Amino acid sequence: MANKDFSRTINDSQGGSGFSRSSALFARAHLDLPLLLLLLLLAASGLLILYSGSGRSIEMVERQALHYLLGFGVLLAAAQFPPRFYQQLAPFAYSLGVVLLAGVLLFGVGAKGAQRWLELPGLPRFQPSELMKLALPIMVAWYMAKRPVPPKLSDIIKAIIILMMPVVMILKQPDLGTSILIATAGLLVVFFAGMSWRLIFSLATLVAAAAPVMWLFVMRDYQKQRVLTFLNPESDPLGSGWNIIQSKTAIGSGGIEGKGWLQGTQSQLEFLPESHTDFIIAVLAEELGLIGVLLLLTLYFFIIMRCLYLSSRCETLFARLVSGSLAVTFFIYVFVNIGMVSGILPVVGVPLPLVSYGGTSVISLLAAFGVIMSMVTHNKH
Amino acid sequence: MWEHSFRDPRQERRLFRSRAIILGLVIFLLLCGLAWRMAYLQITLHEKYRDLSENNRMQLRPVSPNRGLIYDRNGVLLAENIPSYSLTLTPERAQDQQHTLTFLNELIGFSEREWEQIETRLSQRRRPFEPIVLKHRLSEEEIASIMVNRNFMPGIDVEAQLVRHYPHGEDFAHVLGYVGRINQQEQNQLDLDPEAKRRYSATRFIGKTGAEKRYEDILHGEVGYEKVETNARGRVIRVIERQDPAPGEDITLHLDIRLQQLARKEMQGMRGGLVAIDIETGGILSLYSNPSFDPNLFVTGISHADYAALRDNLDLPLFDRTTRGQYPPASTLKPFVGLAFLESGSTSWSETITDHGWYQLPNDERIYRDWKRTGHGLVNMERAMVESCDTYFYEMAVRAGIDNISPFLAQFGFGRNMTLDIPNALPGLLPDRDWKRGRHGNFWFAGDTVNLGIGQGYMLVTPLQLATATAVLGNRGKWQIPRLIYAQGEQPVEVAHGDIADIQLKAPRDWDRMTTAMEKVITDLRGTAHRLHQRRTYSIAAKTGTAQVVGIKQDEEYDSEALKERLRDHALFIAYAPADNPKIAVAVVIENGESAARTAGPVAQSIIYEYLGGAEG
Repeated sequence: MANKDFSRTINDSQGGSGFSRSSALFARAHLDLPLLLLLLLLAASGLLILYSGSGRSIEMVERQALHYLLGFGVLLAAAQFPPRFYQQLAPFAYSLGVVLLAGVLLFGVGAKGAQRWLELPGLPRFQPSELMKLALPIMVAWYMAKRPVPPKLSDIIKAIIILMMPVVMILKQPDLGTSILIATAGLLVVFFAGMSWRLIFSLATLVAAAAPVMWLFVMRDYQKQRVLTFLNPESDPLGSGWNIIQSKTAIGSGGIEGKGWLQGTQSQLEFLPESHTDFIIAVLAEELGLIGVLLLLTLYFFIIMRCLYLSSRCETLFARLVSGSLAVTFFIYVFVNIGMVSGILPVVGVPLPLVSYGGTSVISLLAAFGVIMSMVTHNKH
Repeated sequence: MWEHSFRDPRQERRLFRSRAIILGLVIFLLLCGLAWRMAYLQITLHEKYRDLSENNRMQLRPVSPNRGLIYDRNGVLLAENIPSYSLTLTPERAQDQQHTLTFLNELIGFSEREWEQIETRLSQRRRPFEPIVLKHRLSEEEIASIMVNRNFMPGIDVEAQLVRHYPHGEDFAHVLGYVGRINQQEQNQLDLDPEAKRRYSATRFIGKTGAEKRYEDILHGEVGYEKVETNARGRVIRVIERQDPAPGEDITLHLDIRLQQLARKEMQGMRGGLVAIDIETGGILSLYSNPSFDPNLFVTGISHADYAALRDNLDLPLFDRTTRGQYPPASTLKPFVGLAFLESGSTSWSETITDHGWYQLPNDERIYRDWKRTGHGLVNMERAMVESCDTYFYEMAVRAGIDNISPFLAQFGFGRNMTLDIPNALPGLLPDRDWKRGRHGNFWFAGDTVNLGIGQGYMLVTPLQLATATAVLGNRGKWQIPRLIYAQGEQPVEVAHGDIADIQLKAPRDWDRMTTAMEKVITDLRGTAHRLHQRRTYSIAAKTGTAQVVGIKQDEEYDSEALKERLRDHALFIAYAPADNPKIAVAVVIENGESAARTAGPVAQSIIYEYLGGAEG
């Protein structure tokens, strides 16, 4: 089973420098040092921006630091399980996720008109859709990994059915943002599995054709309102347009060099909404300017590229599919969040990965990186 | 697993790599897209958003000027500004307005009146983010309980502001007037003029009546501005720049608090008006209408109940009798018509006639009675003045004729508002031929002249007019336009004569002779006000008057006891003193006071003594 080319590259990378040696040390701990360093750098920057975005709340920064600590702990733990574990777990995690999602629809807890949380006795309140963010791509990868490559049309259709079930349930909550992200994560697996380009284009055409149908029958009024506001935020400057106008103002007024850390008036004077969660990049853009934004984008770029590079070196198809799709999903989070805050995408509630304040998001994202590391470090089994 | 046998791991890996490279490229391009978007906002549109963000945080807010103070001639403060704490609500910042109001009600309790006002103010048009006052004059306990709970009530603030206060309340209510909240109508009026709109952009109170209204321009001051940094909820974080408002100028009035308070004390239980004028300057020393009211009630908004009580009071406390009460001058007109007779050459000081108690026009059945049934016997001008002989004046009036009397009286300011700064004063009524034709479509009859001779009939005067005419009389025909204002700031206000000429008599000695006659009203044993003689300190030239409230039929006995109190005659009294060198002129009207010597006279006398006593020692 062992691939000779693969073994050789591993050996090559282990030669020589001290960095490589410590890298090897980390490899034994099933960690990827460069990726880990990049993530730590991101987390540190996140805390710095959060301090400003939260209105200098030490308490919030401390709690977020705790989230990171827990998250990196989960990452470390997740990396220890071999891919086979995840492969075997996938159907169960997926089924559990579907059951919990059904539970949310039946007796979920609401906030702002949406039912997204589940309160189970003895457990903290949580969002089952967070579990799905991980479970779904793994489940699709589990399915696709057993099919021939390239996959047959019938297999692809079955995979799409598997991924559509939770997506529709999350859409019902309603949570358009998360359902799109999860659907994309699942579709990415299919894409990596070798779905033909012809099929991809047909599917894209189908989605384009489905958009009007979605608009008419699926989307709720408030979701339509968001899209309309996105197209013309000035139409409702004090209502739903307020957020995007204020965030564009924050970004634009930052200029190239920014107003200085903690000096952003938009965020410090509370004009910028949700400045510590979804709109936190506007704080960065206002205070650290375009330079800060480009540094952050570069950091994200390196993280994603490192993940893609690692996943291409995975031994099994399952590992490649899981790690590749999680890496690209991570990028999609980044893209949707920044696109929304800078006004090129409609406002959907997506946090900026590993920077926005929030325990669930930080921990589940770091768990995903843990899974990625598990996929790439357990090459011999 | 069986599928594995069909697999080609190398091909699988190649496929995955190519897809990863493609996605990597796509990701790179999309990140470049984000970077481009950010650069577009932060470089290309930087200036636009920089300005927007500046506008966001900077607000130019008008600051209301402090209203000028009002002093009396002794430097006593008549209108001041005292700090007051009000509870305000900014609806834009409140989350659940109804809930907040209910909570506040539990906390400090709103009266019915306050609820009314809150509802009105909530429904009124206002500037965005302008706070609405929920309650004025918070007590310290109220402030404390609000501040403790403020976090539960977004949009609620306690605001300190200066509110007008009249320390002497009822003493000056009519003459000073009061300020009140700018109402919708006044706001619309202010909005018509951009300059006024700017000046009043932060002002909540405006002079509604009296001197407060007349001197609004001086008292108001100039609005200031401050550039403030606010947060998204409109709360001021800090003041960046400030242009202080220019406070309104203080004004000093001729009014004398001693006289004003004395007038109020002396007129206790009576309805009437008193006006005292400084003869040398025309300054109005006292202008008091009784009963009065507390102007402080009106400043922050009077309740329906309080207002109804004032409005429905039969004694009409809101009615300013001094400037808007119009009464027949009755016999107080005699010195003026007397001079008119002399001036027209109808009679002389030495001519005597015999009074049998009545007068009759040739070819007329009608009998014009003298107040004294038996008549005064042989009377000349002086005697007729001292005893207030009606018959003499009937006869002389007919001799002189309306065309001589009316224009002469006009020189004393009858029939017009001759004051500088009491714009609402009524003009009274000085009848003449043209007026009667216009008003009644009728000719002027000799009988009308007979009535006018004793100040009855059509003629009407206000106490202010009577005092003005008395001052001119005391000043030997020299006019000083009556005015309240003495000084604006530190600077005394110079006032020109106005459009009325001084009165030149053909025989200037007649001024002195009339004064002598009027002195005898008190000093002579038969003078109508002789009972005032016992309190004599200064020589006073005076004239009494008794104005009929109901017409008494020809042969009916006048029985004051039978008439309801309110139908009794009005008592009038005019005087100036000291007689030889007059300093003060006073007119007093006591409604249903009957005998001027008993009611109006002593009031006037007290005022004069107080003033002269104060002025000379």
